[in-house]
Amino acid sequence: MNTLAARVWRWKQNVNTSASVSGIFLLLAALGLCVFLLLPVGALFSQSLIDESGRTSFVRFREFAATPGMSTAVWNTLWVALTVTSISVPLAFLYAYGIQRSCMPLKGLWRTIGLSPLFGPSLVGGISFIQWFGTQGALKSWLGETSVYGPVGIIMATVFASFPHALMILVVALATSDGRLYEAADALSASRWRKFMTVTLPSAKYGLISAAMVVFSYSVSEFGIPKVIGGNFQVLAVEIYVQAVGLHDFGRGAVVAMVLLVPVLFAFVVDRQVQRRQQASLTSRAVPYIPKPDWRRDAPLLLFTLVVASAMLGVLGMAAYTSFITFWPYNLDLTLHHYIYGLADAGVLDAYLNSLWIATLTALFGAPFIFVTAYMLEKTGSRTSALHSAVQGMASLPMGVPGLVLGIGYILFFNHPDNPVNGLYQTFTIMVIVNVVHYYTSCHLTALTALKSLDREFESVSASLKVSQFATFWRVTLPVCLPAVLEIARYLFINGMTTVSALVFLYSPSTLPASVSILNLDEAGELGPAAAMATLIIVTTATFSLLYSAAARMLLRRHQAWRLVTP
Amino acid sequence: MAHLEIKGLHKQFGSFKALEEIELAVKRGEFVVLLGPSGCGKTTLLRTIAGLERQDRGQILHAGKDISSLSPAARDYGIVFQSYALFPNLNVGQNVAYGLNNRRAGREAFKHRVDEMLALVGLPGTENKFPSQLSGGQQQRIALARALATRPDLLLLDEPLSALDAIERLRLRSEIRSLQQTLGVTTIMVTHDQEEALAMADRIVVMKNGRIQQVGNPHEIYRSPCNDFVADFIGRGNMIEATAVDTEHVEYGGLKLRSASELNPGNRYRFSIRPEDIRLLAPLDHSENSFFATVDKCEFLGAFSLVSMTPIVDGTQPMLAQFSSNYLAGRPIHPGSMLRVSIPAEHLYPMPEVA
Repeated sequence: MNTLAARVWRWKQNVNTSASVSGIFLLLAALGLCVFLLLPVGALFSQSLIDESGRTSFVRFREFAATPGMSTAVWNTLWVALTVTSISVPLAFLYAYGIQRSCMPLKGLWRTIGLSPLFGPSLVGGISFIQWFGTQGALKSWLGETSVYGPVGIIMATVFASFPHALMILVVALATSDGRLYEAADALSASRWRKFMTVTLPSAKYGLISAAMVVFSYSVSEFGIPKVIGGNFQVLAVEIYVQAVGLHDFGRGAVVAMVLLVPVLFAFVVDRQVQRRQQASLTSRAVPYIPKPDWRRDAPLLLFTLVVASAMLGVLGMAAYTSFITFWPYNLDLTLHHYIYGLADAGVLDAYLNSLWIATLTALFGAPFIFVTAYMLEKTGSRTSALHSAVQGMASLPMGVPGLVLGIGYILFFNHPDNPVNGLYQTFTIMVIVNVVHYYTSCHLTALTALKSLDREFESVSASLKVSQFATFWRVTLPVCLPAVLEIARYLFINGMTTVSALVFLYSPSTLPASVSILNLDEAGELGPAAAMATLIIVTTATFSLLYSAAARMLLRRHQAWRLVTP
Repeated sequence: MAHLEIKGLHKQFGSFKALEEIELAVKRGEFVVLLGPSGCGKTTLLRTIAGLERQDRGQILHAGKDISSLSPAARDYGIVFQSYALFPNLNVGQNVAYGLNNRRAGREAFKHRVDEMLALVGLPGTENKFPSQLSGGQQQRIALARALATRPDLLLLDEPLSALDAIERLRLRSEIRSLQQTLGVTTIMVTHDQEEALAMADRIVVMKNGRIQQVGNPHEIYRSPCNDFVADFIGRGNMIEATAVDTEHVEYGGLKLRSASELNPGNRYRFSIRPEDIRLLAPLDHSENSFFATVDKCEFLGAFSLVSMTPIVDGTQPMLAQFSSNYLAGRPIHPGSMLRVSIPAEHLYPMPEVA
């Protein structure tokens, strides 16, 4: 009896510890997100509302409105974003439609090519379009009298860069359609067009809206592309950079950042509303739609896919080609000159190593942190507590904050002489942190989806068996969610390798990342070395992805035997 | 003293009262079924006993100890869920042994216990399979083995059969019952299936809107439901409202019926008459409580037929009767035909509560 009482007491202790462990962890996560997300954005907010004399006023906004050219920048940003959205989303929709709803061959290949812009920094498109359509461009005549430097180039390069983001959403949206609806439509002998209008489009509606919002925000907050190919065309994102980095006017930069934040937050809110509704429209009883071969549909789709895929390869290929030729367009001899003299001897190769280091750390620390936080949110304590809602809210916020805005917030907050963690500024640490925060939301959603697919009662069962919740985390939850954790790590690595927006404010000469160095090389007119660096990054992320899938497959085979068995 | 005792339990989610003033005593070794429609609070009651939900008010005593505020792990029970909740990445043996790990039992004893449990649920030799390789019924048996492996004093079953197909459900239902009787473990099961409750329980607790409606053994619940809800929820019933004319007769429209129970003249009573209690007579039989009725509809359901009919008497409602195929001996019943039927006096038992 005595030992029983002792045992009961011990278990009670155990459970109390696990409850408090999760409480402490969540508190730390909340604190971290607070310091590295809310406070910087808050600093930005307050900075934009405080005038020179230290009083709260809208003076800076009034100044902003009065500055010549600013309203042009706002207008330019919006119409370019709308144009990009109206080109990129339909293209991605048709492309995704071909992949999901036709019987064309090599779907896996088309999909990889469609996603390939993700492997490089967004600037790649800018550099490549200059080579194709610029002053010395190979296809300059296609544009007639119009110059590529300006809205045309920005739109082309942004369509290229945002295409995979829309494609990912639309592929999923078109994958989850209910085959029974098509059977019902066939039984009612509906025409092809009618089926498309009444079944396909409505079921992909939420995906389309979501893709449009993502592309719109992407275009509004994209900074590298207009910097490289925009010429004198004014947009808000570049304006922030010019004010903060060029003129060291952080107050003005903060105001522009706030203005930029408005359309992005708007798109973010619309997207969230849409996502919420979409979850309700999916039923578990849906039967997946399996397309039947039909050349009248498949042939045009294949042709379209071929055209888009070749265009994508043409853009990436031109960047790579540029890095290997001596001097465009006068000397087309192949050479490693740009790599050896342009990068290695110029000391810029260190930037590449910096990026590798940043990306590795981002994946290594980000993935466990994000997953464990999601686990604590989903599976411990009462999900409605204030702490849970606070962390949940902060986790979904980063998607609505462009990297540029985050970056300038970081300058204002961490570069402040009174800040006790001022020492972090310009270190690798802060660059890793800003990457984790910037890409937090998608990773968080991936983790939550994986966790939600687990039986809700695992924790109850282990409590009834008197096994601590963390033992179950280690033995069951983590192994089952391993694919999701690996996916998060991969996503963080690739983005850590290619991102420009937040880092452009935070590096020092010794921590210069590769993606930012492309920007600097381009500014110095060194297009060859810039292309060489971009190619290095693409090769790295592509190789990493390949090695990664191979390693993941091996790991899964060893630890996930249960997934492979069939009943 | 009761083995598990629940006193004045109350639980509210926002403004929704999930449990109200629940009083229940469960004897050692008893199989109690909590029965009711969805949202009636039965699952909340079970989860509160498990400590997975915390009551707002009230007490739970288990083996004489107040466990009201203990965490789930500090209570002594095993639980089985509708979804099985087997760990997909662990094999059957590891799943069954999951709760044994921390007990530092010897390796031999450990393996012995797993074998013993698997034999007990009729799946010996499956320890190296993964849950996904087993059928639903087999998975639920493993979940049961896992819950029982630590020799809990109380077994909680949360709709354990609801996810299974009809045949598997019947088979596992009797297996669980006989297993429970062999082990003598006190068991509380939640279900919305009245047939399951009648077949398995020592006692049934019928719940509605967070309140207990009636507690009794299956026979009592079926034969003398205490109110409309219970009568309606357990099997089919015909509700008749009639006024007593003397101590043993009532007037139901133009019908005078004798009841076997003692009545108060002048009072209005409600009777619940089970369809199978209505008797089919020969056309010229004029025994007690008999009358003619027209057939509205006849549904043939194999072992019996369900007949909707309207008595040819003023002021009466249509009724539902059930005649066994055995009794009908192949005689067809056509809509529109006339039948002579009766309600035996012993089945005219007034309901205690007028709802």
